[in-house]
Amino acid sequence: MSPAQRREAGIFYLTVSPWIIGFVLFTVIPMSISLYLSFTKWNVLTAPQWIGLQNFVTMFTNDPDFYQSLKVTILFTITSVPLQLMVALFLAMLLNEATIAIGFFRTAFYIPSIVASVASAVLWTWIFNPRFGPLNGLLRTLGMGTPSWLSDPAYALIALIIMSTWGVGGQMLIFLAGLKGIPRSLYEAAEVDGAPRITRFLRITLPMLSPTIFFNLIMSMIGAFQTFDAAFVISTARAGQIGSPQKSTLFYLLHLYQEGFQFLNMGYASALAWMLFILILGVTYLINRSSKNWVFYSGESD
Amino acid sequence: MATEVASAQPAQKTTFNLRNYQLGEYARKILVYGLLFLLTAVFLFPLFWMLTSALKPDNQIFLWPPKWIPSPIAWSNFADAFGNPQLPFPRFIVNTLIIEAGVLSGRLISCTLVAYGFARLRAPGKNILFAILLATLMLPQAAIMIPEYILFNQFGWINTFLPLIVPAWFGNAYAIFLMRQFFMTIPRELEEAALIDGASTLRILTSVIVPLSVPVLSVIAILTFKDTWNDFLGPLLYLSQPSMYTVSVGLAYFNGQYDVKLNLLMAASLVLMMPIVILFIFAQRAFVEGISLTGLKG
Repeated sequence: MSPAQRREAGIFYLTVSPWIIGFVLFTVIPMSISLYLSFTKWNVLTAPQWIGLQNFVTMFTNDPDFYQSLKVTILFTITSVPLQLMVALFLAMLLNEATIAIGFFRTAFYIPSIVASVASAVLWTWIFNPRFGPLNGLLRTLGMGTPSWLSDPAYALIALIIMSTWGVGGQMLIFLAGLKGIPRSLYEAAEVDGAPRITRFLRITLPMLSPTIFFNLIMSMIGAFQTFDAAFVISTARAGQIGSPQKSTLFYLLHLYQEGFQFLNMGYASALAWMLFILILGVTYLINRSSKNWVFYSGESD
Repeated sequence: MATEVASAQPAQKTTFNLRNYQLGEYARKILVYGLLFLLTAVFLFPLFWMLTSALKPDNQIFLWPPKWIPSPIAWSNFADAFGNPQLPFPRFIVNTLIIEAGVLSGRLISCTLVAYGFARLRAPGKNILFAILLATLMLPQAAIMIPEYILFNQFGWINTFLPLIVPAWFGNAYAIFLMRQFFMTIPRELEEAALIDGASTLRILTSVIVPLSVPVLSVIAILTFKDTWNDFLGPLLYLSQPSMYTVSVGLAYFNGQYDVKLNLLMAASLVLMMPIVILFIFAQRAFVEGISLTGLKG
């Protein structure tokens, strides 16, 4: 290396040092500490006590809440993520077809997603209010059944899924950008060939959009696994238990929060955190591996 | 756009076919706009419901069919929601703004530095570091929630704003990535001229790069402001004293009170939501570009 190159390298490491330090301080060290703690029993007040794999054994054999939270989280993820992506894609395609007032419609669909999660949880609690809320008011007028939504264990999760679909604005914008990137010439050629609309959607839109679908799928999935805010705010309001009613909204992160910050089982909570990390890593890996079969990169020449 | 295509090639079709085609186009347009209006109503209804509830006097809030436009309009709901000495929302707003100031300045300064290094400078190990940076985008934040808490607890930072502000001074993978992409589009010649004049790296950054990067910096600033304003889990973990609450935690606490009045709750939610909505309306382009760029990575 010449002195000039060495100098440049020196400046490089100087400029990126904030991120390197931050990465070590706020990611590497905490993760190592929590890996160690996941093999201990620790209540913060006394020294951590090494118990080997006991936390992980407890998780699978002696913690019904672990299974319950896993069930709630997976059920939510596999229903809300596809629903969100379908609604987001549908909205984006409608916007892509429109020629006037696009800004107005885009704003209308996007604004819900920037509302603070707490404010939207508070608002939807009111909308889902069994006796006086507008949703049941509408259902009553239509002569349909009026569930108790957030206070009924059979409906609480469904209510949260409906609520999460309201906030698809971000995914919609990403889809819209993806749709704009599809060359018009492809559609025009298909139109000349007389391909019907549905064929054009299946043969052009979906394959060309597959990298965007892939990105949205991974990001929404990681987000869904970490659902916390709305479920916490709604279930703890007015003296409710975390994850109430009857643990029907006990998301994984709520269980982790409860173990760590309410019961001060920091060792066990660390083990739960690592289990979630492994779970998300595993699912991301599986989606990534499957992507070879359905994600199509048109720009790749190598 | 599609009608242009149709009128551009009428010679190939008989008039009968063309009319059919255009009728189909009209029907489709009607369907598209019909659906757009319907869905707009569905998406905006909850916000409208929030607004009308916030303006209702106590005796109209539970009426069905609802009074869509309350009369009289209870403007006092805002004063009542914000004047509660038990829940000092003005204090919560100040707290949130203090955190915003610390996070915004930290993130903009640190990310500009780091992104410049990744965009422009050559050094061994750079590619590996960049790959690690991108990998951390996927890291679930929840996995480091407990250990970070333990770390900040050791520092004695619980019930201070420090755990919420200090990490912002050490870069953010998403912002660094976005800025790097932008910096790479700035012509090198501009810097080389300054370099010949003997300017230091820091001087090049402040006098050449930053002035040219206002678009990307505002995207980052706006999205950071929104995320910090809306953050709930962070302040919930680190701030347990009511006088330290942020707006989100304050609202959640208000929502949890036993005898809370819905119209006051909606008034508070509405006011706390407004800064972000106003910001969005004024900076729509930055929002849309920032979000759209997220999906076009790689």
